This record gives sequence, structure tokens and C-alpha cells, in this order.
Amino acid sequence: MQAVKYARATSVDEAVQMLRDGGDVARVLAGGTDLIVLARERRRNIDLFVDVKHIPDLTGITYATGQGLTVGAATPLYQVYNHPDVKAHYPALVEASHVIGGTAIQGRASLGGNLANSSPAADGIPAMIALGGIAHTAGPNGARDIPITEFCTGPGRNVLEQGEFIVTLSFPDPAPRSGSAWERFIPRNEMDIAVANAGVYLALDGDTVTEARVAIGAVAPTPLLVPAAAEALIGKPLTDETIEAAAAAAKDAATPISDMRGSEQQRKHLVAVLVKRMLNQAAARARGDE
Amino acid sequence: MVATPEKPTYKVIGTRPIRPDGMDKVTGRAEYGADVKLENVLYGAVLRSPHAHARIKRIDTSKAEALPGVKAVATNADFPKPDAGSIDLGEGSANPVWLSENMLAGSKVLYHGHAVAAVAATELHIAEDALALIEVEYEVLPHVIDVREAMLPNAPVLLDDLRTNVRAKGADTPKDVPTNIALHMRIEKGDIEAGFAEAEVVIEREFSTSQAHQGYIEPQNGTAFWNRDGQLTIWCSTQGSFAVRAQCSALLGIPESRIKVIPMEIGGGFGGKLTVYLEPVAALLSRKSHRPVKMWMPRADIIRATGPTSATHNRVKIGAKRDGTIVAAEVNLAYAAGAYPGAPVGAGALCALGPYDVANQRIDGFDVVTNTPKTQAYRAPGAPASEYAVEATLDELAEQLQIDPMDLRLKNAAKEGGTNSAGQPWPRIGAEAVMQAIKNHPHYNSELHGEDTGRGVALGFWFNGGMESSSSATVNSDGTVSLILGSIDIGGSRAALAMQLAETLGLTLDDINPHMVDTDSVGWTGVTGGSRTTFAGGWVAYDLGEEIKKRVVERAARMWNVEADQVSYADGTITGPDDDEGKPRSMTFKEIAKQLQRTGGLIAVSATSRRNTQGAAYAGHIVDLKVDRETGKVTILRYTAIQDVGTAIHPAYVEGQMQGGVAQGVGMALNEEYFYDSEGHVLNASLLDYRMPVANDLPMIDTELVEVPNPGHPYGVRGVGEAPIVPPTPAIRNAIYDAIGVRMYSTPMSPRHILEETLPRED
Ligand SMILES: Cc1cc2nc3c(=O)[nH]c(=O)nc-3n(C[C@H](O)[C@H](O)[C@H](O)COP(=O)(O)OP(=O)(O)OC[C@H]3O[C@@H](n4cnc5c(N)ncnc54)[C@H](O)[C@@H]3O)c2cc1C
Repeated sequence: MQAVKYARATSVDEAVQMLRDGGDVARVLAGGTDLIVLARERRRNIDLFVDVKHIPDLTGITYATGQGLTVGAATPLYQVYNHPDVKAHYPALVEASHVIGGTAIQGRASLGGNLANSSPAADGIPAMIALGGIAHTAGPNGARDIPITEFCTGPGRNVLEQGEFIVTLSFPDPAPRSGSAWERFIPRNEMDIAVANAGVYLALDGDTVTEARVAIGAVAPTPLLVPAAAEALIGKPLTDETIEAAAAAAKDAATPISDMRGSEQQRKHLVAVLVKRMLNQAAARARGDE
Repeated sequence: MVATPEKPTYKVIGTRPIRPDGMDKVTGRAEYGADVKLENVLYGAVLRSPHAHARIKRIDTSKAEALPGVKAVATNADFPKPDAGSIDLGEGSANPVWLSENMLAGSKVLYHGHAVAAVAATELHIAEDALALIEVEYEVLPHVIDVREAMLPNAPVLLDDLRTNVRAKGADTPKDVPTNIALHMRIEKGDIEAGFAEAEVVIEREFSTSQAHQGYIEPQNGTAFWNRDGQLTIWCSTQGSFAVRAQCSALLGIPESRIKVIPMEIGGGFGGKLTVYLEPVAALLSRKSHRPVKMWMPRADIIRATGPTSATHNRVKIGAKRDGTIVAAEVNLAYAAGAYPGAPVGAGALCALGPYDVANQRIDGFDVVTNTPKTQAYRAPGAPASEYAVEATLDELAEQLQIDPMDLRLKNAAKEGGTNSAGQPWPRIGAEAVMQAIKNHPHYNSELHGEDTGRGVALGFWFNGGMESSSSATVNSDGTVSLILGSIDIGGSRAALAMQLAETLGLTLDDINPHMVDTDSVGWTGVTGGSRTTFAGGWVAYDLGEEIKKRVVERAARMWNVEADQVSYADGTITGPDDDEGKPRSMTFKEIAKQLQRTGGLIAVSATSRRNTQGAAYAGHIVDLKVDRETGKVTILRYTAIQDVGTAIHPAYVEGQMQGGVAQGVGMALNEEYFYDSEGHVLNASLLDYRMPVANDLPMIDTELVEVPNPGHPYGVRGVGEAPIVPPTPAIRNAIYDAIGVRMYSTPMSPRHILEETLPRED
């Protein structure tokens, strides 16, 4: 562990100020489940934690039909997956937030932290991409609305500028006959990091796919939206063939590395398996079979 | 020798009371090494090698020493030059030179994470800051990780002085050149050539196993205070306080009588806490700073620099008759020792064919140094790898011969009257009883449902340890007994030993108050390891009980004015001849205890036992599993562990040992492995990436206790802790074949490795 100062911000402006004054050794502290580990292991030079959990905008969940969902960036995950509207309309978000860490971690960890940490294997990000999420930020240069697909730029890197942070995350209201689903593959059943993960969203008109988003993770430097997978589905009936075609597109889009967590071949293979499984799952939800 | 052919009726043994240390452990009151708090304490941190193999050309600690808050810096040069010879640890021994260099590197670092220097400072983060100020100049050398590569003539040599010690009759004498092969050993029985000549079927297979870590949750820790009188006190987490004392004495060059080791509660060891790491380093830092120094190991260092068991590569050749009689077996074991010699290949060799009676056999073993952490004992050290190779080969033999795998094993079962691989006669053993119990078990006879599901069985054997243990006991005037133990309590030793004393005295467990104490307060006792503690400590408890009974009887005789042989002791009651008025003379233990002080003093006894009549343990496991062909992931559906446990003193703890063994065995089978990069760096030094099973990776593990009492123990105790880690790997491997028709020849059988076998190559 290194010696670190702690400061608590109570408003967005105060946090912007603290981060600007703190310079590049100041860090936003949400749940701390990534950040404190980094500091303990001395993997980053950190001098100041700016705790944002006490800023009202950063915690809490609101949903309105037609308007969609807004989640405070530092809202702990257990509140996300227990929220009745999230459960009813955003199953992919429930599934992803339910596997991050365990009960203790979920009492602290946040979606904003998951996104800002920008791990290629982050579990929340593909779910948020599939659900069409947008990150609303504040910073020295004002507010921005950043589509989550465009947020990450590399392992641990993203578009946030010095002193800029995420205030809320918003998600459009899903179409009436739609479904979403998210899953990861891990060698164990819990407490593991994704070898590959996939989140999907699709909407149906009869049996025809009208909308689709397929996102994959742990198979590229950043979580990816795979437009080619969506193209393989949109405007077509959902069949084993179109699902296979979407899975193949996801596999083609994947450019994984081989490391201790998985080999290139294994990851490409798995991402197709997951996309196929998740499309079937989301379709079942869209049809109301589940 | 006490023989117990039929299990007698016991009052305390076989019951399931709550352990005396239980409440403190579940409420967090129990004191572990991390809870040691001393005035004026300093915190120590260790600088570790970034290289797998390098010569240390220069270490400059001056900048670290100058950092405010730093009170002492230590390197290997601060250890006195150790005497040659070896340190007796009770179970195994240690070479003091190698041990010293493993504490803090000498002229070379031999693995990534090898300790190089240590700092003590007023705050831990200052000590860590100081590590970055130590300048070490390395000359990086070529390294070798794989055991087979390390055996090649052109391999990088780790230890220039090492020559092969050949303990194999008939083997070639090696040349007098530096080598990584520390030992070539052989055990042999019968006539191997004649045996294979007789065989109608011969099958030969090769297997490799990955290095696996013991995975105890509590980190290594050590606090030391070297006072100005030259007395050293050490608080630590260890499986053997006397082993810590012996190692520190040898490393620090001070008499054992000057060292007091206070064992704190231990959060797991599994063989990994027999050796010291931090204790002598904290002592050096304390001697320099004149302050107590507390150290504990970060998890990454635990994985990089402590533990593991050997990675191995093994070959098995078995010859059998068509009817399944095994007529010859040849086993070749190559075990990686890590940085210094001492792989458990001898034990692996003795266990390889342990469940079977094979007339003609030859087992060769090689102990090979590699640029990986110095291996340590791990639950049945050496046995899982060698027995996996044999059990997996037997499954293939059974298939070839079209014999039920259990019938094949039963046909060749080791039994009383036969001999083990070293040619020593078997006393009463439970191999056959366990095999029969598998065959009869409802699990074995149930139908298997579902796609891609499979069933596997395997046996496991461990010889168990005996060795020396000491205890003392005091009868208190209220009739309770304080029991002072030299053994460390890892898996319920306080309860298991107190229960044996209670049984001997005819008292209840509540009457016995067991205590784990420091090395100044009890006689020498071997480590809690080798499944020896309930056996050896039980012998001592029994001896103490018998001695107390004898003295109580003598006292009663004196009080009643009769001869001692007219007085008897049974069920906690002392009975004498009728008195002058014809009334029976009788006192309970509690009644006489009240009068002890007035009639000649309280009774205090101590005993030491060194008996090597421990009984071997056999485990037999049945596993059902499902393989997800698309992901390669194995899900265990049902698991049954059967074991000859001799006598289950506390059945719940015995079942817990069996379940724990299975859990660790499943981990080694399915996911645990070390990843090294091309420079020999350990990549997965965290519990995230070193994948031990978590609770929901395992189903309920059913247990069935078979009790074939050990004739060499008053209560029939055999060790139980180690055998159950042996069968999971081969049982799972055999079940995977049953499920998807794929034979795996290496561990772990992780999703990745299974996919490597099942996916088309060009995919
Ligand atoms: C035991 C354990 C298990 C875990 N398991 C998983 C898992 O299964 N899947 C998974 O994806 N992750 C896992 N994680 C990682 C971590 O829990 C998640 O990434 C979590 O979502 C991070 O959220 P946090 O609020 O704790 O972030 P913090 O640690 O507080 O922050 C993470 C990073 O984001 C920055 N940050 C935080 N909030 C904001 C904000 N609002 N705006 C800008 N920057 C911000 C911080 O400065 C820091 O750099 C695990 C961690 C642990 C310790």
C-alpha cells in the first residue's frame, strides 16, 4: 500500500475542483474495488482519492416508461440488480452486475467504476453497450454525453479527459417485444475474470429482427460492439442460420490475445458460443417465453 | 501392542462434540499471527528477484538504510555461515545452506520471486518504499522451468556443486559434472523382466502434472523479538513450532534453548508451513534494530515464492494377464524440486502402486532442480502425481481387458500378508475393504443420466507418519484435566487428542482442557503433517491416561490402606476391595481428585511417544460429471469419497478432512496451474488467476467411513488427512473419458486444455 490522501466531494462542481487541483495523481474513488487494489499493489502512482459517493447525482436509479433508465455512476451494483425496473426491462444489466465480484464487492462496486476502469474483460461494459448506454460526464471543460461504445480506447484507457468523470449512465427504454441477455465464460463458477463475455439486445416484429446490438468482451483491447453481427440479424427472421451468422461475425470481429486467462483460439471459439447462447436467450425473452 | 480386531464400544471416541477452540474461531476471537501486537514494533518487507535465474553481482542497501523510518536492512550476508549437515524437522530434513539461501538469496537468485533483501521500518509503506531504493545488479542467466528440460545434459545448471546421488541398484553411475538431477532413486521387487515376459497385455502411458499450490488462506507471517540478552521469541503460523525453532537455530547460529517459538492459530498449511520463510528474517532485522519486527507475506509473494508441490512427468508401464492379474509394473517419476533439491519423489515412488499387490515391479524416481520456487510438502506429498499415472493407466487397462475397473482393482488389491513396494510386509490394511465398499455403494450402482455425462473411479493410498510427540497433563482438584499439547492444531487436534485422553480416563470431553503451547512449555513434538498427529498425539494421550490411572489407583490404595493390585479403574471410577464393614469401596475420578492435594499432591504427568506403527490409509472415490463440449468446462454432478479411516475419533472432522482433500484434489485436477512467460516469470500470482475451486464449483461431497482399525494404535487410529487428495485427479480424468471419449494425459484438465483436445486444430 502507498500513503494516499482522501477527500470527499459533496457536489459535482466540488469534485471537478478537487480533481483539477489534484492533478494526475488524483483519482476518482467510487466503490474502490478496482482502485484500492491498484493502490495496494502500487500499480499506479496515486496521491489523492476523491470520493464521489456522497454526491447526490452519482447514486440512485430512476426509470420512466418511454424515457428509459438513469443510473448514478457510483450506485452500488446490488442496488442495480435489485431494482424492480432494471429487473423488468434490462435483464442483461442484472446478469452482468450480479456476477461482478461477490456479495461483498457488489455492496460497493459501481457501473461507473467498471466503465472508467476500462478493462478489456470488464463484465458490465458489453451489457451496457448492448443496451445502448450513454455516459454523461462532467469536467473542467463542461458536460459531455458519450456513447458507451465509444468510451474505451484501450486496456485501462478511455476518452475521459484530465479531471473529467462520469456522473450518470443512461439507457433507452427497450422496445416492447425485445429482450437482452449477458453471459461470460469463466473456468470456475464464480470469482473469476471473463475469458470471453457477450451481451446482446434484440427486438422482434413477429419473427423478424428489427433491432439488434451484439457486444463482446475480453477478446480485443476494448469491449466491442459488433455491427456486422447486428447486420446478420436485422430485417431477417431469427433462425439457427441467422444466429450462427451473427455468432460468426462476432468471432471474426474478435482479435484476442493468448494469455494465462485464455488462448486466442479458445477465446474466438467461446465468443461465438456465447453470442449464440445469448441471442437465443434474448429472443426467448423478447417472445415472452421467459 | 494393543490389538483391536473388532471395534470396541467407546464412550467419547466416535462422537461429534463441538471442538474446544471452535467458538473462538468462528467469532474471530482466536489469535492468529496477524493479531500479534507488540509495543514499538517495526514492519518488515522483502525485496524479491525479478528474474528466474541470475547472478547477484552487487547489492547496495545504503539508500534504503538512509530513508527516514527505516531501522534495519538485511541480506544473506547477515546470516552466519551455516554448518554443513542437515536439520532434522521431525518429518523430513533441511539442508541449512540451501535453507539460508532460500530465506535470502546467496550469490544467485534461482526463481522469480526469490527473496533478496529485507527492510524493517516504522510503517509498512515506508519499508515498501525502501525496497525500491535497494540497488541490485544482476547478471541474468538462462533458466529452465520444465522438469524434462532440466534433466537434459545441456540444461542451464542451477547449483554448481550439485551431483546426482544415485540410490538405484544397477543404475549407471553419473559423470562428475554439474547437473540438475539431485537424486536418482529406485525401489524394486521381484523380477521385472520375468514379469513382463509373463504378461499377455502390456500398456504404457505418460502423464504430466502441473505445479500446484497448497492454497492456505492465511498468509505466512512471523514476528520476532531478539532482546538484548540474546533471547529470541518468535510468533508465527506454523505446522511445527519445534521445526521453526530448529531451523532458526541453525540459520541464526544460536542454541535452541535461547529461542522460544509461540505458535499462533493457523489458517491452513497443508504441508506449506513446515519450513520457515519470514521468521529468521524478522529475527535478523530485530537483532539489528533491537525492536520487535512483524512480517507477513503478500499473496503474490506466497504464490511466487512459497509452497508448491512438484510439477512432474511420469511414465507407467503395466503388464497383465487376460484375467486382469497384474504381473509387472514399471514406473518412472521425474519430479521438479524447484530451486533446491527435495522433491517428494521418494514418497511418490512408495505410493505409486500402494493399493496393489504387484509381484514384479521397479519404480525409478528423479529429484530435479528447476528455476521455480523450492517445492514444499503438499498433502500426501508426491502421491497424487504418481498414483494419478497408475490409476489412469489402470482405467485404460480395464477397458482393454473389458473388465469392470473395480474388479480389476479388487483382483490385485494389496492385503495383509503381502508386501509393499519396498518389500515390507503389510499389517492389516483396508485396501480391499475400500474397493469392496465402492463396488457396493449405491452411487457406483446407480444409473448415469444426461448427455455428455461420465463416471470415473480411482483409488488413493498414503502411508501416514508416526514419529515423536509429547504432552503433559495435570489433574486439577476439581477433577478436570489440563492437557498440554506440543502439536499444532490445524484440523481439530485439540479435540481429537483430548477425546482420546477422555476415553482412556473414562471422562467426558468437557473434563479435558487442551492447550497448544510454546516450545518452552512442552516436550519435543513433530510437525502436524504426514497425517501423524491424531495417531502419535493419540498414543501420547493414551500413555498419559494410563499413567494417570496408575497413579490414581496407587493413591486410592494408599488412602484405603490396601494393595494397589486390589484396586481397579474403569469408566472413571476407582473400585477397591470391600471395607471392614463389608461395604464396597468406590470413588469417582472427581471424588479422588478433590482429595489429591491432601493425600500427597496433585498428579502431573508427561509423556513422549515415538512409535512407527502408523497404519496406511486407502481412499476410493466415485465421481459423476458433465462436460460442456462447447466450452470444455467440467461440472461435477456427484462425488462420493470412501476411505478406510482406522477409527474415526471425531467422525465429523474425519469427514471434513475427506471433503477438504477432495476439494483440493478437484482443484489440481481441473484448474490449478502456474503460467510462466518465456523469461520464467510467474504470471498468475493471485487467487484470481491461480484458480482454486470456490464453494459453488463443488457439489456436496458424500463420505463413507470404512473402519479397519490400525493394529498399531490403542484406538485403531490411522491418519486420514492426506489420502483423500489422491484419487480426485484420476477419477475425474477417467470420468471425462466416459463422458466425451477424450483421454487427458496432463493436468489441469481445464476448459482450455479440454478444448485443445476437442477443437479442430485449424479452428
Ligand atoms: C474480488 C473482486 C472481484 C471482482 N470481480 C469482477 C468481475 O467479476 N467482473 C468485473 O468486471 N469486475 C470485477 N472486479 C472489478 C471491480 O469490482 C469492477 O470493475 C467494479 O465495477 C469497479 O467499480 P468501483 O466502483 O469499485 O470502481 P473504483 O475502484 O472506485 O474505480 C475504478 C476506476 O474507475 C475510476 N472511476 C470510478 N468511478 C468513476 C467515475 N464516476 N468517473 C470517472 N472515473 C471513475 C477510478 O478512478 C478508478 O480508476 C472485481 C474486483 C474485486 C476486488
